[in-house]
Amino acid sequence: MKNEAELRKIVENYDKMTAKEKMAIPRQDMPEQEAEVRRHNIQEVPFGFDELHAMVEACRCLDCKNKVCVEGCPVGVDIPAFIALIRRGDFRGAAAKIRECNCLPATTGRVCPQETQCQLFCTVGKAKKDPEQSVSIGRLERFVADWEREHGALEVPPIPLSTGKKVAIVGSGPAGLTVAGDLAKMGHKAVVFEAFHKLGGVLIYGIPEFRLPKAIVQKEIDYLSQLGVEFVTNAVIGQTYSIDELLNDEGYDAVFVGTGAGLPVFLNIPGEQWVGVYSANEYLTRANLMQAYTFPNTDTPIIASKKVVVFGGGNVAMDAARTALRMGAEHVYLSYRRSFEEMPARIEEIEHARDEGVEFMILTNPKEILADDKGRVRAAVLMRMELGEPDASGRRRPVTIPGSEFELEVDTVIEAIGNGPNPMITASTPDIQTNKWGNIIADPATGKTTKRGVFAGGDIVLGAATVILAMGEGRKAARAIDEYLKTGEW
Amino acid sequence: MNRIVEKRELADRIWLLRIEAPRIAMKRKAGQFIMVRSHDGGERIPLTIADSDPEAGTITLVVQVVGKSTSALCSLAEGDQVLDLAGPLGKPTHIEHFGVAVMVAGGIGVAPLLPIAKAMKQAGNRVISILGARSKDLLILQGEMAKASDEVRIVTDDGSEGRRGLVTHELQSMLDSGMRPDIVVAIGPAVMMKAVSELTRPYQIKTVVSLNPVMVDGTGMCGGCRVLVGGKNQFACVDGPEFDGHLVDFDNMMARQRAYAEAEATSLHLWEEQGHRIGEEGCRLAGVKESE
Repeated sequence: MKNEAELRKIVENYDKMTAKEKMAIPRQDMPEQEAEVRRHNIQEVPFGFDELHAMVEACRCLDCKNKVCVEGCPVGVDIPAFIALIRRGDFRGAAAKIRECNCLPATTGRVCPQETQCQLFCTVGKAKKDPEQSVSIGRLERFVADWEREHGALEVPPIPLSTGKKVAIVGSGPAGLTVAGDLAKMGHKAVVFEAFHKLGGVLIYGIPEFRLPKAIVQKEIDYLSQLGVEFVTNAVIGQTYSIDELLNDEGYDAVFVGTGAGLPVFLNIPGEQWVGVYSANEYLTRANLMQAYTFPNTDTPIIASKKVVVFGGGNVAMDAARTALRMGAEHVYLSYRRSFEEMPARIEEIEHARDEGVEFMILTNPKEILADDKGRVRAAVLMRMELGEPDASGRRRPVTIPGSEFELEVDTVIEAIGNGPNPMITASTPDIQTNKWGNIIADPATGKTTKRGVFAGGDIVLGAATVILAMGEGRKAARAIDEYLKTGEW
Repeated sequence: MNRIVEKRELADRIWLLRIEAPRIAMKRKAGQFIMVRSHDGGERIPLTIADSDPEAGTITLVVQVVGKSTSALCSLAEGDQVLDLAGPLGKPTHIEHFGVAVMVAGGIGVAPLLPIAKAMKQAGNRVISILGARSKDLLILQGEMAKASDEVRIVTDDGSEGRRGLVTHELQSMLDSGMRPDIVVAIGPAVMMKAVSELTRPYQIKTVVSLNPVMVDGTGMCGGCRVLVGGKNQFACVDGPEFDGHLVDFDNMMARQRAYAEAEATSLHLWEEQGHRIGEEGCRLAGVKESE
């Protein structure tokens, strides 16, 4: 680690440096809470860059003319431009640059899988043949968004005159918030309907506090309010209002459906009904949205677990496992039926979970859940697996090893094996067509559904994906909605 | 929004709340419920809508005080606002002309049963209601049920009004007398709904029950309210709350209902320690007392 004076020198000399010299600047570390400490608290894990380290990291960017990194960004942020502004110390300008394309930068800076997006394309990582060595675009985005918020530097751009058009947005998750922000900036009235009492969708109920502090999500939403977006909580579209009522009776010119992947999939193994078996959705909703970690000061309880097993290998499984540690569990096991290589979670999340003490049981698959005489979980029966030939997804198919059953003593089971689309809207609006999984069929370029005036995007269309992909869908849909409102053409 | 326009005690620890909620009042159908959160930091709890007045824009809830959340809700006064109210949720009751429809209510179950009885009667059914309670003092909504029914039979555990015994005794007598209802709708404690379902099973009488498992979101998002119906996972919030009583695994549902019994006791105890009393108005919300 270089001292402060040396780091400053790097920043001052950037313009005189050759590409080779820039590439020689080491990747800057982002400090974080010690694993032993953080597994007992819900505070955010990384602390973020300070100004100087951010500027040095920004000096690792080669400012490529062809901006390959932007191709990897679903919302098309002008990455080299905002990084250049950081380099010059214009953090306010950098934030404004990001906000041109991304209204939730503090969120995406934290939860985007940058290693498979912008940073995968980064020339520095390519040249070093190691995407880990790419410019830390995500960390820089996070730094800028945090700086902007902490310095009260959030500026509301000039809003064009009202077009008089009104759009209903169903769901206040990343897709809906993006559509709302973009439409507001185009002069349309955006009204967001949320079923829960709190705004943010998966950002609030799903992603844990230690990965995405809720106060930050609230600030992102406050910004949208400043843009003129209106929010209605406790409004369950499909029940409180139907889509047709929004269009025909409530005066909306268009509707965007961004209801996400909010229907937990269960394994359908024996014993799933026992007390102590949760879907990851329920476990995380209790812990995050309902703040079970402050029980009994807040009213929603969660089972006080000693030994927990999480089924699944995705980001949600990691979130659930790490949350269980923070809720006081002594042992948290994670059972995944393939090996580490096939695990769909981000490497960073897997490492965080492992550092914090999550005990990985790869190549195991649940068979049954056993209960005591009171109907409470006492053990999970797991099978050992081995990897066979690749399946349709290209991953090697896990095959059960006969006779390998064993009991794992646990009192809580969390199933994190995926989510399907919630059918509430499609069931009440038959002219919105769905595919065989129940996802809404929408034009990938515009988000247009089979029903005139109704657009859709995010996980309700894609199936369970990522925050940023949902936002990318939202951006496209907002442009198409604008076009539709102007021309009336479908 | 969500202002309590009327509040009265129907019986010990049982309160009627009429709340301004114009949209829900307009949209709700018999059998549907709402999710309520009475205060910041509060739980989301499901409550079945007992009645609504679309013109006045109000819905009626009947709440039995059993723990912290119901206590806090019933500690709100007329004119206060319920913090969060979402709905109507769940599938409406399937109403048609069946013929003879027997409504079996246990305790506070009469509240969700009232709109079903009304709708059944309106659909041309002969509605016979069996209302059960522990004692006379706990019988509620008798007059309303009488209006919605062709016949009402009362049963109390202690015999203080009507027949002494359980609702199943009355239903058994009915069946013994040769009467064969075309449908039975039973709402009340899980043990009662189980007993009614067991009773009607050998007669193959269609029996509908309304389940009240623990819920978090009420929109199908968490699966916490799943019950085994015919051996399959069903979510009470979106697939129900009404199911075929002959297919429901009541024992499992009851075990799941008790999942948080200890935590609920802790929560209630803490609330009382802070100076609140069950169902008492005034120092209503956790935190208010502390700041005094």
